[in-house]
Formats: sequence, C-alpha cells, structure tokens
Amino acid sequence: MIVEFGYGVLVLSFLVTVYSGVAAVYGVRKKSASWVESARRAQLLTFPLISISSLVLIYLLVNNHFEVSFAYEVTSLSMPAYLKITAWWGGQAGSMLFWSWLLSMFTSLVTLRKWDRDIEFLPWVILVSAVTLTFFLGMIVFFENPFSRFWLVNGNVVESMFQPVAATIFRPEDGRGLNPLLRHPGMVIHPPMLYLGFVSYVIPYAFAMAALITGRTDDRWIRITRRWSLWAWLFLSFGLVLGGRWAYDVLGWGGYWGWDPVEIAAFMPWLTGTAFLHSVMIQEKRGMLKQWNMVLIILTYSLVIFGTFLTRSGVLSSVHSFANSPIGPFFMGFVTLTLVVSVWLVIKRWNELRSETEMKSMLSREALFLLNNLLFISILVVCFWGVIYPLISELVSGQKVTVGPPYYERATGPLFAGLLFLMAIAPFSAWGHSTLQTLGRAVWKSILASLVLTFILFFTYTQNLYALIGFFLVALALFATTHEFYRGALARQKTQNENFFTALSNLMMRNRRRYGGYIIHISMALMAIGILGIELFQKETQGTVAQGESLIVGEYRVEYRELASWGVQSDGVNYTRAVLDIYENGIYLGQLYPRIDYFYDAEQTMTIPGQRSTFRDDLYILLVDWQPVSNSGATFKIYVNPLVNWMWIGSLVFLVGIIFAAWPDKDPEAVSARVKKSVSQTSAAD
Amino acid sequence: MINIILTKHFLRITGYTFLLAISFASISTHFAYAQDDIPTDDEVNEVAKGLYCPVCENTPLDVCPTEACKQWRNVIRTQLAEGKTEEEIKQYFVDYYGDRVLAEPPRTGLNWLIYVLPPALILLGAVWLFKNFQAWTKPKVVESVSIQERSDDSSTDKYISQLEEELKKRN
Repeated sequence: MIVEFGYGVLVLSFLVTVYSGVAAVYGVRKKSASWVESARRAQLLTFPLISISSLVLIYLLVNNHFEVSFAYEVTSLSMPAYLKITAWWGGQAGSMLFWSWLLSMFTSLVTLRKWDRDIEFLPWVILVSAVTLTFFLGMIVFFENPFSRFWLVNGNVVESMFQPVAATIFRPEDGRGLNPLLRHPGMVIHPPMLYLGFVSYVIPYAFAMAALITGRTDDRWIRITRRWSLWAWLFLSFGLVLGGRWAYDVLGWGGYWGWDPVEIAAFMPWLTGTAFLHSVMIQEKRGMLKQWNMVLIILTYSLVIFGTFLTRSGVLSSVHSFANSPIGPFFMGFVTLTLVVSVWLVIKRWNELRSETEMKSMLSREALFLLNNLLFISILVVCFWGVIYPLISELVSGQKVTVGPPYYERATGPLFAGLLFLMAIAPFSAWGHSTLQTLGRAVWKSILASLVLTFILFFTYTQNLYALIGFFLVALALFATTHEFYRGALARQKTQNENFFTALSNLMMRNRRRYGGYIIHISMALMAIGILGIELFQKETQGTVAQGESLIVGEYRVEYRELASWGVQSDGVNYTRAVLDIYENGIYLGQLYPRIDYFYDAEQTMTIPGQRSTFRDDLYILLVDWQPVSNSGATFKIYVNPLVNWMWIGSLVFLVGIIFAAWPDKDPEAVSARVKKSVSQTSAAD
Repeated sequence: MINIILTKHFLRITGYTFLLAISFASISTHFAYAQDDIPTDDEVNEVAKGLYCPVCENTPLDVCPTEACKQWRNVIRTQLAEGKTEEEIKQYFVDYYGDRVLAEPPRTGLNWLIYVLPPALILLGAVWLFKNFQAWTKPKVVESVSIQERSDDSSTDKYISQLEEELKKRN
C-alpha cells in the first residue's frame, strides 16, 4: 500500500509540474496574473509532493523492503541505517528522484522571492524549471520507477509496478547492497554536492531564457542570479574535489583524477560555469559580451543535462547499450531540443544583445577575461571531443577505442598553464584600458620574486623543465595575488588612516566578490602545486616480500611485519589487513595498515590504502595480493606522491574563498526599501 | 528482470571466454617464463600502465584488481621474459583485442580526428578572437596612444589614488 502511495504522489507531482508550465504560458498569453499565480502555486506544491514521495522511498530503503527492486539493488540487511538513507542517490532511479527533489526545492526558493521589479520573468522562469522537472519526473514515472516491485508469476520473477494477473509478491531474503565503493563517507556527500551544483545551474539558465523571451536583455537576469551561479559553482567545485578525494582514498590507484568520462562529465559544466563566472563581470562592468554570456549559460545547462545523461544512459560503455537503455534516447532528445530552442532564442535577440561599449585595449581586464574564456572553452573542446570520439569511432568504423589520460594531459597541460598565467596578471589590468607598461609596472616585482624562487628550486629540488615552468607560474600567481591584497590595503591605509590590518579587513569586507575571487585564485595555485607534484614526481614500486623483508622507494623503506584476516563481521565485510613498519632514511616513522575489504553482499572487494601524509609528500601503500595459506608473503604497491597534500589544502582555502564571496550581503533592494519606509515614516511624523 | 538475468549471463560468458583466451596465451609462453629471469613487478607495470582491458573500462591495467587483469599482467611478464619489447607486447594485445586496449587511439585513419580537431578548433577560436580584438581596438588607436602617454607619466601614488577612487566607487 505504501509503495502505491509513494508512486501515486510521484505521478501527482508530475501532473502538477505539467500544469504549472501550461498555466504559466496560458497566463502570459491571456495576460492573466491569476493564471501565472496559479502556476506559481502549483510549482510550490511540487516540492512537498516530491518530498513525500522521497520519504516513502527512504522508508522502503531503511526497512528492507526488498520486494521493491530499487531497495533490493542498493540496500542489504547488513548496511547501517545512514547508508540505507544515502542509498537514495546510490542507484539510477533514486538519484533521478533526488535530482528532481533538489530542482523542485530550488525552483520553490526562487518563486518565493520578491518579484515586484521582475514580474515579467516569473512565468518564464516557472516554465523553464517546469519543463526540466517534467522531463526528469517523466523519466522516473514512466521508465526508471524506483517503486517498481518483484512479482512471482508461474514460478518466474518479473518486475512491475502493479500486480500482474495471478501474481504474488516476491520478496528476496536480502538485498544486493550498495556498491561498496559508494559506502565511503566521501561518496556519501560527493554525489549530492555535484547534484546541488548541477541543479543550481538550472536557475540562472531559467532567468537567461526569461530575459531572452521577454526581451529584457540588460544585465538584470545576471544580477538576480549572481549568487545562484556562485553557489552552483561552489557545490560543483566541491563535488569535484570530494570525488577526487574519494578516488584517492578508495579506488586504490594512487591518484585522484583519472580522466574517466564520468569525471569529465562533471568537469565540463564546471569549465563553462567558471568561464561564465568571469565573463558576467564584463557585462556588469562594461555592458559587453551579452551574447557570449547567453551562450555560456546555455552551454552550462546543456552540459549539466548531458553530464547526467552520460552517466545515466549507458552510452559510455557502448553505443549499443545506449540504444537499449530506455532513457538514453530521451535524454539525447531533451538535450538537443533545449539546446536548439535556446540557441534560436539567442539568434532572435542577437541584435539586442550587442555590446554597449567597445573593447579599447588588448590588455584591458575585459580582454584578458576573454582570453581566459578562450582557454576554458579550449579545455572544454578537448574534454568534449575526448569523451565523444570513442562513440563516433564505434559508430563510423565499428572500432572501439580508449581515450585515456595521456591525451588529456598533453592537450590540457599548456592550457592550464595559460590560465595560471592569466590568473596572475589579469587582476592588475584595469577595466577599459591597460598598456604593457602599466601592467609591467604592477607585476614586475612578482615576476622577479617568482624567478628567484624558480632558480632556487632549480638548484635544490628539480631540473625538470615542465616542473620549473609550472612552479614559476604557480609562484607568480601566488605572489601577484598576495601583492594585490597588500597594495589594496596599503592604499586604504593611506587614505582612511587605518592601521594595515584594519585596512585589509575593511577592504576585503567591502569588496567581497573581488577578494573572495582572489582567495579562490590562491587556492587554485595551491592545488596546482599538488597537481604538479603528483603528475611530474610520482614514484612507485611493487614487489612481493616475505615477513621481515622490505621494499624501498625513494627515501622510504617499508618493512612487512604481519598480515591478519578476519571473517564475517556484523557489517558483512571480511577484512584483510597488513601491518607495515615505515622508515625514512633509517629513521622509524610508524606503522601503516593497507587492507582489502571483501563485501559479502555485493561480492566485491575494495582496496584501502595505508597513507602517511605530510606537506612534502604522501606515502601511499596498497595491499595487492597475499598468500593465504602461509601468510608468509604479500605483494604491495607503494607510491610516493610528492606535494599532493597541497591539493587538499588548496581545496579548503577554496571553500573559504567562495563562501567569503558568496555569503549573502544585506540585500540592497531590501535596504533601499527600509530607507524609503523610514523616510516616509519620518515625513509622516513631521 | 529477465533482461537483467540475460545481461548477467552474457557478461559472465564473455568474461569466461576472455579468461580462457588469456589462459591459452599464457600457456603457450609458459616454458620460456620458467627458464629466464622473471621480470619484476615494476617492469610489468611499466608496460601495463599503457594498456586497458576491455572489461574494466578506463582502469589502467597496472592498477586493475580483477582476476582477468592479473592474468593479463602475467602474460606481460611472460612476454617480457621472452625478451619482447614494450611495443611488441602492446601489439600482441592489439592483435587479440583491438585498438581499445591502448591508452590512446593509434594515429591512423579516422583516429587522426582526435588529434587534429581540438587544436584546429582552438586555433580557429584564437584567430577569431584576435581578429575581433583588432577590429575593436582599431578605431581607437589615437585614443590609446594618448592613454599610454597619460599613463607614462603616472606615478605609483597616482595609481594608488586611482585604485582608491575605484574602491570608493564600489563601496
């Protein structure tokens, strides 16, 4: 009964969403505010409805209703309750419901805002959100139903939502359980973060479309959605970093980023989103690039849907499994349709979206931002083509190919280097105009300091040319950005008669977006240190050793002490753990415990590394194999990953920067309204 | 459900066929393996790093934990012991399983698209942007010279006051 109820509410939310879209358009056509208001209320209703449906699903997951096929696929008796809740997004049907739930929440938040000044946007924002939500709910209701159950018909098990003729319910004794790889805390928060990022981008896109449809093509839509874009970017970025951390801790291949198509699927909207974040500033400051900003937000939205499609349709494993997947072709159709309609709208408004001013200098801030956009889009081209090409090859020649890390690293390396360089110098160029001389005058000290540091590194750390170029650029970005803080604070100190630290804090607090952005730049440079370290200096060795024997890599010696394996625990996992003594240049550092976990329910193993992390390097050891009878020998793979910790330090600094930039200010409209009110009250009192 | 079962059966059969093929490959070279020095894991991994097995997509062979991939690594070890070069070993896997085992598509025929298209597009974008820069900045040549002249005699103090002005505007 509860299953039917959950599904019934889901169907109802689908119908209500369709209604809200139709009512919004009808309201505009009939110029009827009450129809638009009805659409808005219907939209607001979707959130509680999808929440109820989701709660029912969670109830089924937590209470071991294995007759529900989704619960059977992603939960098992041995899983703890919190994992059963997170299993909501651990499988296809559930994750699409989670997507829809987030979208309905965000759209509701948007429709609850004050619309006084932008009431003409309202029906179109509702429409765009409703179309997206209808699509996802439609996919769930008709093709990927999380409430579908097992039935026993003439001795055969079939899957169906409703009871087939002469069928009885079939309830397996235990479920298959969530994929062990997804039972890691990092993986528990990684997908929601990514989804939050993905879904948040629907809002700026909806406003952009509303601006195009209504012809109100000034930067109002950008101002309204500025914070949405920032939060969307925060979630997406943090989702990516968490994914990297999870891969590092759980996947057991010594790295955090493997240029896997699934990773790239999430990375592509981040690229356009980052370009968008920069280029909207040009529109706000200079009234330029209106067309380009529209293109960027459309691309971001399409890549968000495309990314979900890539990971959900089976197209990555083969074009044939895509054709067999019930939702693949629909996703493809939806991405194409929304892209075509959006581009058509941009073309229709092309002339109205012309720049208000012209580019005056090739070194001006706006020109450098454009170059930054070119680099981001270039990385996108490399990534997109790398993901798509194997499918094209399979379709055209029938030959499957792999496009792996060497392709991406070679192609994107120089582009990332270019971005680092721009990150260092662009903050010094002025809006409107800049010359080589003014730019040089501002940045020469940082260049000099970076050169000195690079020379020191040359004599003390590495002679690798790529590494030296990389470190020079990182140093330049770090010095230049810090200098920018110093310069600003000094200027304020002089004019406002404040001490340096008060000046710095006031400067930052009053220009939050600007200085939050600089903190993010610093974080990116720190992350680049980690990337350079692991990409260029990673050392590894593998070997089989008997107890008491050692493996040596770099300055580390790893001695194998013992190995223990223990049977079924209450959580359904068998652990095999090695104990290793670690020495560096003969000095004892402690022990590490790499292990292999075997999950009985999913019949799958997980390799958990033993890690020792310092600012200088990570010692990362995997237990590859062992001789179960004698326990005398075991195979270990040992990585030394220099500087990789800076990746995670950078990501924490990043979090600080973006929260600093995105933290809600006092709403200027609310402030002005309060001022007006108090003025009128005062005048009334007079 | 039937579909799921069929798919699982298909995967299992494919897996067994795959393992069988590998076992044959290893048996044929087993004796040479025993006679020569056994290559180290590091030497094997150096070759395996550039290979991908068709079952575990996007996981390089040197770190893939599955049984099938262990077998592949044994094949590499055997062939290394026989004195084969890295290229010969890779070619051996390509002959058996197709180009998909390589980390990158070989530079032949249609595959050139992967190497040529992105740089071409990026170059096109750069040229387009540069042309536009020129078009945007052209009529303003006189003005920008005057700007340069003005900025030439500007001192650091002047810059700081400009910055301060800018900041004040934003406050």
